[in-house]
Amino acid sequence: MELISSKLNIDFVGFRRWAYLISLITLLISLVFLFGKGLNFGLDFSGGAVMQLRFPGAAPIAEIRTALGHIGLGAAVIQEFGSPEEILIRLHQDPDAKEQEASKVAQKIIDTVSPLATNGKVELRRVEFVGPQVGRELTINGIWAVVYSWLAILLYVGIRFEFRFAFGAVLSLVHDVFITLGFFAVTQKEFTLVVVAAVLTVIGYSINDTIVVFDRIRDETKRLRQQPLSVVINESVNRTLSRTIITALTVVLVLIALIFFGGEVIHDFALTLLLGIVVGTWSSIYVASPFVLEWERWHPSKPAS
Amino acid sequence: MRQFPLWKSILSIAIVLISILYSLPTLMGGVPSWWPGWLPAKTVYRGLDLQGGLYLLLHVETEKAVEQAAENLVDETRLALRKGKFRYQSIKREGRDGVDLKLPADVAKAEVITLLKEEFRTAVIEETADGARVRLAAKEVTELKKFAVDQSIQTIRSRIDQFGVSEPSLQKQGEERILLQLPGLNDPARAKTLIGRTARLEFKLVDEKGDLSAALAGNIPADDQLLYEERGGKKGQPVTKQPLLLKKRTNLTGDLLTDARVNFDQFGEALVSITFNHQGARKFAQLTGEHVGERMAIVLDDKVYSAPVLREKIEGGRAQITGNFSMEDAHDLAIVLRAGALPAPVTVLEERTVGPTLGSDSIRQGVLSSIIGGALVILFMGIYYKGLGWLANIAVVFNVFIVLAVLAGMQAALTLPGIAGVVLLIGIAVDANVLIIERIREELRLGKSPFAAIDQGYDKAFLTILDSHVTTLSTALILFQFGTGPVRGFAVTLIIGIVSSLFTSITLTRMMLYYILRNRRVQKLSL
Repeated sequence: MELISSKLNIDFVGFRRWAYLISLITLLISLVFLFGKGLNFGLDFSGGAVMQLRFPGAAPIAEIRTALGHIGLGAAVIQEFGSPEEILIRLHQDPDAKEQEASKVAQKIIDTVSPLATNGKVELRRVEFVGPQVGRELTINGIWAVVYSWLAILLYVGIRFEFRFAFGAVLSLVHDVFITLGFFAVTQKEFTLVVVAAVLTVIGYSINDTIVVFDRIRDETKRLRQQPLSVVINESVNRTLSRTIITALTVVLVLIALIFFGGEVIHDFALTLLLGIVVGTWSSIYVASPFVLEWERWHPSKPAS
Repeated sequence: MRQFPLWKSILSIAIVLISILYSLPTLMGGVPSWWPGWLPAKTVYRGLDLQGGLYLLLHVETEKAVEQAAENLVDETRLALRKGKFRYQSIKREGRDGVDLKLPADVAKAEVITLLKEEFRTAVIEETADGARVRLAAKEVTELKKFAVDQSIQTIRSRIDQFGVSEPSLQKQGEERILLQLPGLNDPARAKTLIGRTARLEFKLVDEKGDLSAALAGNIPADDQLLYEERGGKKGQPVTKQPLLLKKRTNLTGDLLTDARVNFDQFGEALVSITFNHQGARKFAQLTGEHVGERMAIVLDDKVYSAPVLREKIEGGRAQITGNFSMEDAHDLAIVLRAGALPAPVTVLEERTVGPTLGSDSIRQGVLSSIIGGALVILFMGIYYKGLGWLANIAVVFNVFIVLAVLAGMQAALTLPGIAGVVLLIGIAVDANVLIIERIREELRLGKSPFAAIDQGYDKAFLTILDSHVTTLSTALILFQFGTGPVRGFAVTLIIGIVSSLFTSITLTRMMLYYILRNRRVQKLSL
């Protein structure tokens, strides 16, 4: 079976200016939202407390809200979580509150909402508390993790290939990261530690894709020695396209399973990856390789014959 | 087709067999009774998010331990001056780590300083305009802080052990932090109170002459302190807070305890009876003997538990702490008193509690989605690449075995994101195989014979696979370095998986192909 014809010859290079435009617009939208609206930082980064409760029947959210208002926790965000029985209560960091108080607040909440469950017991499924100091550290660590992964890739690709390839690869990764973050800024979905893991995985996937194309370019350069770089790149992208699509497809199959059956935590992780794979595949074709081409135009590696 | 070396085959088969053996206990959900003892019996260790439990990051307030040492220095300075028969105006703690001494003008400052220098060889002594300053040496402060953290870890460990938690994990993190992981707890809130409590037991005299109402108005005498005794609160009674004016000076602390047990009074109320060691018993007898008729408060972490009137000198070193305890309270109090006080208070920086039902739900969802995802991929590969696709599928399945085996062998924690990592891994392993098969297809199109196409395909794909795996591995390593808890679990599975994917895609499938095809005359490959 063959989904992608082996004789396929799409002019990727010819389309590249349009692709730049699409990438730039997407990036711009992402940046505008990132710096305008910002990310909706979850507990891990903002600090605060989260409680997940399960009620024997559908959770009476309105009543819970009133009850919590009575004990001075009106600012708490209450939302359904995964199913009507489960709710998530979010408390933002109160700078005046003592950090040890988190568990007491949790107990107080349980005591308050328990009487609202008439036909059984309210179950405490999860409590998470992150102090402001740890929140800051996790944010900094997250940023460093991404930056270090760029550096590591710059170094490895620079050594294994050439540095113009390395810069192209890292540029495409920067592109992927900002668009993925932009998605979170636009949708205002909660940005958690798990999402950071997903972003790093996207980096891993995208670089994998880029390397495959680069590797092919290296091969084809030997074979098509007389041809200009644009032809070599086109040939390489076309020849690896079948693999690119099939791999993306299998990963997407897995992700769909995760999205539908993996539960709440995995859901966001998988969704981020799904987006990242689309963006990552695009960037290895339209950002990484064209960068090498543009570089070649500005700094020809060999005298024009 | 090129020869596949025999040693490589033996090694590969060995790896696969060992992996299967190591992953079987996990896959079977435990070891059956007929399982021979010499076979591996470890199952994959589930992270806290999968089995439920408590994750705590604690900060030890080491400055408080330093302050305490400075307070002791105040007492020692006073004693030294008394011994040397010098008069003084005031002695009080200054800053975190120093003592400020003010002397009357007619006292020879130089002599006092010589005395202090002799008395405190490790401390730093400076002359001031109206007296002297004694400060803890920087080295001593560092040691005090280090000791406070180490001692806290020991104390907390002994509390947890007595509380009865299986497989607790307690680690020092950085300079002043303790990371605590307690899997499978039934009552995390109770465990947390037990751990976080300083449990500093003090015996202080009530200042009977002090003016309580003036103190309540904010006018507390310099040598006194105002603390509260809580009463009631049991069986729906309202809690009342009784103020007490106590002498600041601590006459006796819980350091000198040898034992603490739960007991009951004649009404069946729980209480904690404590036993002092020899030195403590002597001090206690002296203290009670000197203050017959006065009230002595039993103070735990700045809360008064009771303040009975001393009727007689108490010999034998036994005392009782009463305070309207529930059975659980008394039990936990006895534990913390036995384990000793924390040298400095601890605060919670980060806490994650996962209930046991959430953990098992997560496992169910994780396993279900993995199986569905895996099945979809296997089906797709089989249909799309036929024979070679099925071969790749076998490799992918072995890949999962290897990851499980390494996880079980190393006892690295499998977390929920870790399960997602396994699923992602299926994608990575498939990709390596796709690269190879696509290359073989290309070579076939160029008109090469099946065997030559296989050799060429593997050769050409090898570098690509290596490069892509190394780069992905580097991001996974960074993730491991910077991630915490569950995210780290994800990185661990990813790292193991990437390495094993290199093996299964490049070596294992090649070997299988070789043994399947070597004695046949193949005209056409199934792909």
